[in-house]
Amino acid sequence: MREILQILESDARATPARIAVITGLAEEEVARQIALWEASGVIRRYKTVVDWERYGEDVVEAYIDVSVTPERGAGFDDIAARIYRYPEVRSVALVSGGHDLRVIVRGDDIKEVARFVAEKLATLERVTSTNTHFLLRRYKEDGDVFGEADPDHRLMVAP
Amino acid sequence: MKSLNHAVLQTPPSGIRRFFDVASQMPDAISLGVGEPDFVTPWRIREAGIDAIERGYTTYTSNAGLMELREAVACDLESRYGVSFDPSAEILITVGVSEGLDLALRALVNPGDEVIHFEPGYVSYVPGIRFVGGAPVAVRTSADDGFRIRPEALAAAVTPRTKAILLAYPNNPTGGTLSRDDVAAVVRLAVEHDLYLVTDEIYSRLTYGGEHTCAASVPGARERTVVLNGFSKAYAMTGWRVGYVCAPPPVAESILKLHQYTMLCAPHMSQKAAVEALRHGEAEVRRMVSEYDRRRRFFVRGLNAIGLACHEPLGAFYAFPSIRSTGLSSEEFSTRLLHEARVAVVPGNAFGETGEGHVRCSYATSMPKLEQALDRMARFVQTLSRPGHTTGEERALAAHV
Repeated sequence: MREILQILESDARATPARIAVITGLAEEEVARQIALWEASGVIRRYKTVVDWERYGEDVVEAYIDVSVTPERGAGFDDIAARIYRYPEVRSVALVSGGHDLRVIVRGDDIKEVARFVAEKLATLERVTSTNTHFLLRRYKEDGDVFGEADPDHRLMVAP
Repeated sequence: MKSLNHAVLQTPPSGIRRFFDVASQMPDAISLGVGEPDFVTPWRIREAGIDAIERGYTTYTSNAGLMELREAVACDLESRYGVSFDPSAEILITVGVSEGLDLALRALVNPGDEVIHFEPGYVSYVPGIRFVGGAPVAVRTSADDGFRIRPEALAAAVTPRTKAILLAYPNNPTGGTLSRDDVAAVVRLAVEHDLYLVTDEIYSRLTYGGEHTCAASVPGARERTVVLNGFSKAYAMTGWRVGYVCAPPPVAESILKLHQYTMLCAPHMSQKAAVEALRHGEAEVRRMVSEYDRRRRFFVRGLNAIGLACHEPLGAFYAFPSIRSTGLSSEEFSTRLLHEARVAVVPGNAFGETGEGHVRCSYATSMPKLEQALDRMARFVQTLSRPGHTTGEERALAAHV
């Protein structure tokens, strides 16, 4: 059953029929299991990995290390929620190390991202510092290598 | 000029080679003709090879191979199959199974000795036996019973001159595997007639939905069995040329002597990479095996759906469908499929006469390519059955009427 999730994680468009063939499970069983997972939230949604740069669109992304003062009773949850509710925020995670939250923000240009950090993020009450790293080039994301695939060096026919 | 070596002259060049020459001229062809993984060697293993070169491991190793690698091999076989080999006296690191096979045959066979092998089988076995002056004796297996080894057929092939049985499973080209009982039946026969057993187990890790049995782990087999295995298929390391031979001491000594005077040792950096493969490559092997398994199910079902009957292969990465329904010979089918549909497969008769009527398709290629190949094959098979074309069966039927 776990294999179904692995297959969908790498190809969201794999149909129950296809999954059934490659796993040896019955198609109805696969469909029923997927529906159950969709209902229970194990499968949150289906998405596509887009290489926007290749499409010809420049997207600016920044990784921002945020230090915050945790709130008594709520810890980091409350401040994290205050940050992730902004639509320009793609990801928020509590991390170990020198900072507390690792935030990923996306915008149309550097100015837009910089403005968000300066005006929204840095000014939040319990945020004590931000350290912004603009993404210069994406090499690999979610297991997918961006750029050209390795060529197949094998001979056409071999014993 | 005086004549060259007769055994070599009399051996025809590999049928696969001819196909390679044609297919190489067709860049748009999808190749299902490749007998090696489409995965590149896992990065951590490549990295270990790079590290070995950087640190200057560019020398010979001892003839038998790095002790750390032999120990890792012993440990792997012990934990996986419960069979123990002494790394200092019974394990030798070779330049792939190909060298191991040659050494084993040279160590065992005297001129005129018969060596039993199974057909269809890997292209090198018959020439390999002939090159050492042995007489190959083929035991035929058939698609009707999933290319199983029938003990009575094997027994019938044994003569007073039989020296050894050469067994390969999971099998190239059929994808067939052997159960523990199957292997035990062969071992019983070997014991009964005092024969050596040479087992090519290079595809052992690529076994789907069942357990591989290492021949040496079967009671009675240990003292008469030469196990050949390596890193090419399981770890996608074909180009590193590193494998191993495990054999009881007297045989291992002869094999080491041959290796000592010919190959000296397997590449040092490759041996270092192989150590990394055994120590930390398990997760990558599992990932690749499960990917092959998915493609296997998809592809075999697809072949059957387009009318090319295919038994379920339980090992390696080959499907060996019958193409008899098309009325074409293996060669005709493969040649026309390549020219008319741009899909390269290997005609079954390249693996012995009993491979006739079949083609070998390797599913060690990406799922999208397999899908495309099946589409092309389906269209090709359809054009064969259109009016104007008659299949062999139709012709046979017409002859009766």
